[in-house]
Amino acid sequence: MEFVFISLLNGITYGLLLFMLSSGLTLIFSMMGILNFAHASFYMLGAYFAYQISTLVGFWPGLLVAPLLVGAVGALVERYGLRRAHKFGHVAELLFTFGLAFLVEEVVHLVWGKSSVDYQIPVELDGTLFTLFDTAFPTYKGFMMLISVGMLIALYLLLTRTRIGLIIQAALTKPDMVEALGHNVPRIFMLVFGGGTALAGLAGVIGGNAFITEPGMAAAVGSIVFVVVVVGGLGSLGGAFVASLLIGCIQTFSIALSISITDVFALIGVSLPEGSQVARLTITQLAPVLPYILMVGILIFRPRGLMGARES
Amino acid sequence: MQKRKFIPGLALATSALLIGSSALAQVKIAYIDPLSGPFANVGEAGLKGFKEAAEILVNQKGGIMGQKLEFVGFDNKGSPQESLIQLKAATDQGIRFVTQGNGSGAAHALIDAVNKWNARNPDKTVLFFNYAAVDPTLTNEKCSFWHFRFDANSDMKMEAITNYMEKDKKIKKVFILGQDYAHGHQVAKATKEMLARKRKDVKIVGEDLHPIGRVKDFAPYVAKIKASGADTIVTGNWGNDLSLLIKAAKDAKLSAKFYTYYAGGLGTPQAMGAAGEGKVLQLTEWHMNVPTKNAEKFALDFNKKYPGVWFYYLRVNTMTEMVAKAMNTAKSTDPKAVALALEDMRFPAENGEAWMRKSDHQLMQPLYISVFSKKDGKVVKHDSEGTGFGWKTVAAISQRDSQLPTSCIMERP
Repeated sequence: MEFVFISLLNGITYGLLLFMLSSGLTLIFSMMGILNFAHASFYMLGAYFAYQISTLVGFWPGLLVAPLLVGAVGALVERYGLRRAHKFGHVAELLFTFGLAFLVEEVVHLVWGKSSVDYQIPVELDGTLFTLFDTAFPTYKGFMMLISVGMLIALYLLLTRTRIGLIIQAALTKPDMVEALGHNVPRIFMLVFGGGTALAGLAGVIGGNAFITEPGMAAAVGSIVFVVVVVGGLGSLGGAFVASLLIGCIQTFSIALSISITDVFALIGVSLPEGSQVARLTITQLAPVLPYILMVGILIFRPRGLMGARES
Repeated sequence: MQKRKFIPGLALATSALLIGSSALAQVKIAYIDPLSGPFANVGEAGLKGFKEAAEILVNQKGGIMGQKLEFVGFDNKGSPQESLIQLKAATDQGIRFVTQGNGSGAAHALIDAVNKWNARNPDKTVLFFNYAAVDPTLTNEKCSFWHFRFDANSDMKMEAITNYMEKDKKIKKVFILGQDYAHGHQVAKATKEMLARKRKDVKIVGEDLHPIGRVKDFAPYVAKIKASGADTIVTGNWGNDLSLLIKAAKDAKLSAKFYTYYAGGLGTPQAMGAAGEGKVLQLTEWHMNVPTKNAEKFALDFNKKYPGVWFYYLRVNTMTEMVAKAMNTAKSTDPKAVALALEDMRFPAENGEAWMRKSDHQLMQPLYISVFSKKDGKVVKHDSEGTGFGWKTVAAISQRDSQLPTSCIMERP
């Protein structure tokens, strides 16, 4: 029982972090039709900016300033890079963001070195929030959950309750009509791209010190956010939320299961030949691949994802 | 007419080049280890250690027959394939010696490549010094004349650890956690075999392998360990894979004891802090509170010179000195002559007498089991990584007792 609760908490924490990352990606995709391969790079930039700021003035200013900086970089990238690439179609955009990911990684190598940097959790948040049965739950994980949920609510309110949110939603489906009504659609696109990357930056600020801030961190999450977006349904915020929590929990619980593939097949009455390497693999060892298996399955059986609006 | 003018110029240039190169003559050792990626901090620390050892222990004491010893970094990104590319780059530059340590996977690839290269290029042979890859097969089934290991292998370490665990009757349930590659598999196998032999009453309540260098949050693993009821964890993890594991255990207030190979350095002491006191043990060839003649001062100077990188590998010094001694006694920097001089060498290392066994090229040296304890200025004279906690020896294993038989049948050139 204790184990289930603790694993659930761990899974939800991880899932919420994934959601922060994928919400920006799915927002950008649904508005602009751009699959941003460099999205995780903005996550990494957020962590490095926050580290730099934390060495100068401490963690808390960085929590606000670093995402804004990342958002500004994102907006500049959209204004002077993507907007030009856009004229040449989706393939050009895709290749542009693909190249950008490598560029950001090299810049990080040059500025902060190839090794990890010492980005620490602030002292105020370094401790135990509560003890469940007799396992402690760290304060910082609670803080991560708080920030993600707060962000989810703010995003929801922004998109449904404000004027700018209405225009964004309208531009999503009928950009020509919105433009005809006198709104500056390219500027809205720039804002959305900047906003989306700022969300990734925020995830970097709180994820960078919970885990490790190093040049490989973008590549480590880069593929998993695509899984989240595909499983949730391209362009669906609600879908991304559900998929993030689902994948967070799948990864956490699969680590807990020590049963092997042979046991799984035995459950459905099939016995595998003894002694094969594959049959002896346990679910724990398979944990890292499970999200990808889920993605492939979703693409075959429900191509628009769990809550996706369209087939693409 | 043109030609006559040209020849003296050419001769002058050539002679200048010759003079220049003889003044710069160096014995180079290629250091092939991760200098980027998740284990970059480990690779960087090793390279700094070798450079410092070469400078202080060799070059300032006359060098190698008047030449300087230099370590050159080659980034293998932690991957076996990339190690082979870097080996090629090193041989292309005419480097005849390589050293590697982080990851037995890369060591396996290098040992095969060096064997093949030497068979094809008998006049340009290459010698491989392994300072940290501990898979036992490297000096057993896969042993090679061209490979020397300066760290105790995984089985020797586990033999010492389980001998110590044998006496601790409080150990009832053991959980084995490791990285999913050659080293992690070997540690798990040795732990199970040796515990079954020495402590029939101890139960192995769990065994897990996780992808190396990819897990950033160990909380799910810690939850699993906790659910298993284990009182002791045995792990061969190193680098961030160990720091993050111990950090997650600390966050969840896991009370089990950790038996490790590598908790003594590279960020792990900082990750555990006070939470590791009395709970984390390590097996090493040395730690700061083992009395020595010169290593203590060397370590303190090193820590001052490279803030943030803490001296950790004594065997790096031992290896550098032994290799230099072999070259000086052989009066040659030909790999085969150096290898022959290294065989059966007895060397007064800082942690006690070291012996390079001829039959399998495995270095025998004293080993120490130590526990993380509060700095008291006497027994725990030095703390680790500025944490206020350091290592206290609980068991010393003599060089003779650390030896295990080998199954090596070596092909000699």
